Amino acid sequence: MTVRFGIAVFPGTWSDRDCAHAVELTGEVAVPLWHADRDLKGCDVVILPGGFAYGDYLRAGAIARFAPLMEAVREHARGGGLVLGICNGFQILCEAGLLPGALLRNSSLQFRCQPTWLRVESTQSPFLAACPPGQPLRVPISHGEGRFYAAPEALAQLNAEGRVALRYCDQNGEISDRANPNGSLQNIAGILNQQGNVLGLMPHPERACEALLGSDQGLQLFNSAIQHLAALPG
Amino acid sequence: MRPAAADSPPTSAELRELALSESEYRSAADQLGRAPNRLELGMIGALWSEHCSYKTSRALLRRLPSEGGRVVQGPGENAGVVDLGGDLLCCFKIESHNHPSAIEPVQGAATGVGGILRDVFAMGARPVALLDGLRFGDLADPGQRHRFARVVEGIGWYGNCIGVPTVGGETYFDEAYQHNCLVNAMCVGLVQRDQLVKARASGPGNSLLLVGADTGRDGIHGATFASVQLDQEAEGRRPAVQVGNPFLEKCLLEACLELTGDPDLIGLQDCGAAGLTSSCAEMAQRGGVGLEIAVEKVSRRERGMTPYEVMLSESQERMVLVVRRGSEERFRTAFRRWGLHCEVVGRVIEQPLFRITENGSEVAALPLQLLIAGFPERHPVARAPQLSSLVAADPLAATPPWSPEDAWLRLLASPNCGDRQWIWRQYDHQVGDDTVLGPGGDAAVLRLRGRSDGLALTIDSAHRSVGLEPRRATAIALAEAVRNLACVGAAPIGITNCLNFGDPDRPEIMWQLEEAIGGLADAARELGIPVVSGNVSLYNQFAGRGIPPTPTLGLVGLLPDLSRRLGAGFLAEGDLVALVGAPGAGPAQVELGGSEYQRIAYGVLEGPAPELDLSREARSAQAILAAIDHGLLSSAHDCALGGLAVTLAESALLGGMGARISPPLDPPQESSPNWRFGLLFGETQGRYLVSLPTGRLAAAAALFAQFNTEFAALGSVGGATIAVEGVAEIGLEQAAIAWSGAISAQMDSSPSPQR
Repeated sequence: MTVRFGIAVFPGTWSDRDCAHAVELTGEVAVPLWHADRDLKGCDVVILPGGFAYGDYLRAGAIARFAPLMEAVREHARGGGLVLGICNGFQILCEAGLLPGALLRNSSLQFRCQPTWLRVESTQSPFLAACPPGQPLRVPISHGEGRFYAAPEALAQLNAEGRVALRYCDQNGEISDRANPNGSLQNIAGILNQQGNVLGLMPHPERACEALLGSDQGLQLFNSAIQHLAALPG
Repeated sequence: MRPAAADSPPTSAELRELALSESEYRSAADQLGRAPNRLELGMIGALWSEHCSYKTSRALLRRLPSEGGRVVQGPGENAGVVDLGGDLLCCFKIESHNHPSAIEPVQGAATGVGGILRDVFAMGARPVALLDGLRFGDLADPGQRHRFARVVEGIGWYGNCIGVPTVGGETYFDEAYQHNCLVNAMCVGLVQRDQLVKARASGPGNSLLLVGADTGRDGIHGATFASVQLDQEAEGRRPAVQVGNPFLEKCLLEACLELTGDPDLIGLQDCGAAGLTSSCAEMAQRGGVGLEIAVEKVSRRERGMTPYEVMLSESQERMVLVVRRGSEERFRTAFRRWGLHCEVVGRVIEQPLFRITENGSEVAALPLQLLIAGFPERHPVARAPQLSSLVAADPLAATPPWSPEDAWLRLLASPNCGDRQWIWRQYDHQVGDDTVLGPGGDAAVLRLRGRSDGLALTIDSAHRSVGLEPRRATAIALAEAVRNLACVGAAPIGITNCLNFGDPDRPEIMWQLEEAIGGLADAARELGIPVVSGNVSLYNQFAGRGIPPTPTLGLVGLLPDLSRRLGAGFLAEGDLVALVGAPGAGPAQVELGGSEYQRIAYGVLEGPAPELDLSREARSAQAILAAIDHGLLSSAHDCALGGLAVTLAESALLGGMGARISPPLDPPQESSPNWRFGLLFGETQGRYLVSLPTGRLAAAAALFAQFNTEFAALGSVGGATIAVEGVAEIGLEQAAIAWSGAISAQMDSSPSPQR
């Protein structure tokens, strides 16, 4: 079975080509999805890539959530389809209400492009099930607005339901302020929706798919989704 | 059509505003056979500005070698192009945005990046990398910290938004740039040979399309503004600074790249300095045709704009296209898909004229020859200033203010030698998934998809001695850039240059310009590297004081085997440390003239610039490449700013391990008691600091001997200190604290006010 990864292209998206490259490394198929279309073209997984969709005017992701494509993405998510929001894609998922919380300006008030380590907090999600437990992933970040924030009740709920997917840590897996690149609450780097089929994260796994570029551990997210789909009946 | 109406003769104030001299005005009127009207005069002023015409530097620039087996396009197009083999071409260019950045740092720097990106994608190339060369005043000054922070923010904002990685650069701080910072941006793009687009118009009757941003009143006279000195009133010229929109440019980039293979696309050009006037005139002139523009068709941002304002606006994120007649709608549709306005604003005509109409009336008609080539070339007098006593001074004569250890740590903690991470962590240097070696090393390295070779990129500026010996110091910049490329394993294939100088009407500055270009021309010829594109920025001057001459070079190189690439940091404890290419590893050769140590310790510039032997440089670069190709080395680092001591410390800090070397210590009889400082910090050229496994020593020694290149194993990697035995020793941790805080400690502890 071939897994079709749909990769959303909004005006201002720039990780689409990198995501397509990552998908091709897994041997599966990448299909561009144009923001103005409502058609997911039969894709099994939808990736909302990084970039500055619609210039991020108003607020990051605030305009993109109204794109016709997002109606189809909502529908897909509701039916249990897999959705992966990376960086700007995570911001869009939050604005679209598919994930709780918001991404605020980095506490440094500066853009940050640097390697980070991520501790996998939940293997409940199809995107993380194949990650070896206890082994932090080396994946870079590249954003100016990545400080995760959620209201106390929402945060408590995320923790209680095991929906915090990834936290920034050091290379030994220890959570600390030092390892937190942007001031995110509780070092949160990625979260899941209630069903676990929608994952949003600020780091860029598609940039960590080849040792040549510094790390291939981001590939685990893509492979995990592929294995999950392969194991589905029918 | 009515002929263009005559206006009253311009006053001298008006001419000054256009940076035109009385004699230039007379020459224009003579060539035209009548007095130009105000619109025509504005167009002439813009195209005859130094920024567009290079009227002062043109004769000198002809000396630069631009030929070579790989050269597909030399100077004269939007960017230079070299052949990477396998039908893949590399387009690249560097350009300055100094004046705008001095006045409005965020937008000035951002639009500098936006402009150079357009130059590259106008050729059909996808931009794959940005680099920048920056100069600021003393970071201890809060005003400079503010400007520096905002320029970095502007560069990052534009590059990060548009999704092109900023992979390298060079930043230098010196009090002399206090009032006139330098912001040079370089862009590198890749294009398949059959997709290369030229910026030329042809085929009378074909249509001229304008796409992208609406035209507003911003940036009028930007080209002229770049061609006069900054002064106290410069603040008032802020309207001459454009405002950038990287989101719009991203859409423009993608739309243009979708269209580059289209057989109906005849020419593509970005609207940069002098807006529609220069972009259209240049396209028509290159194609040997004329153009007619109906200004009322140009979609505007504001009501009531005059033809003058429309033609001279420098609104950003606009491109002009010439397309085959009948295909206009197809292009408009393609642009509309990306949310972009695209209007047919004119057409190609047979007569070599640039004609502007407004609602059917002719408002300007100028021969293209007059606009593009009619300016009288300027040949200001060049005269060398009296510098011989400064050059002859002995930089070792003065009493050292610090102990060798103290001086070493101070250099590491200085913003010029210290860690630059504070800058580049604000730039996305990875987007595109091709960055193999990012900022922070000798050169950036990008892979080329589907190939085993790689692309290496670097920016370098002249040695600080450039004020005293511009010829040699500029040649040193090229030699150093070649060494930077060699350190990662790449051989140079092309140069782009940005010449930042003061007012050329001052004889000593014209002399600097002549000498610097001469030095670059000689060195480029000797090393066999073509100069394929460039930019000249003159009048970098504030209140009568010029900046130090600052030729900045951008180099592109090829690594034959990407898997052999090297970093600058030590790799393994126990590896040997060796110096390659050193005419004398010991104190026999002491060159502190113009060194960074001299600047920090004494605040002066004196003594001879370091010797430069270009044939030795060529040989040792070859030798390093061969050694890398044979897999003999673990690391390689150019020995430059801060001398042997700073280079050794950098390799140690990047690798996170100490090192101990023992250079021969037999000072010659006549040497100064301060020879230790010369040994540590002298900036003798031609040297590489390498490390290698002990087992490779014999093979390495044999290989370097084969290339007739000096090779001296001086010590080994390991330990908790960095030591030059018998001279100085510092703790690795202590060095790390000094080095890593060099910029960040100043910037983060006292943040400049937010906008």
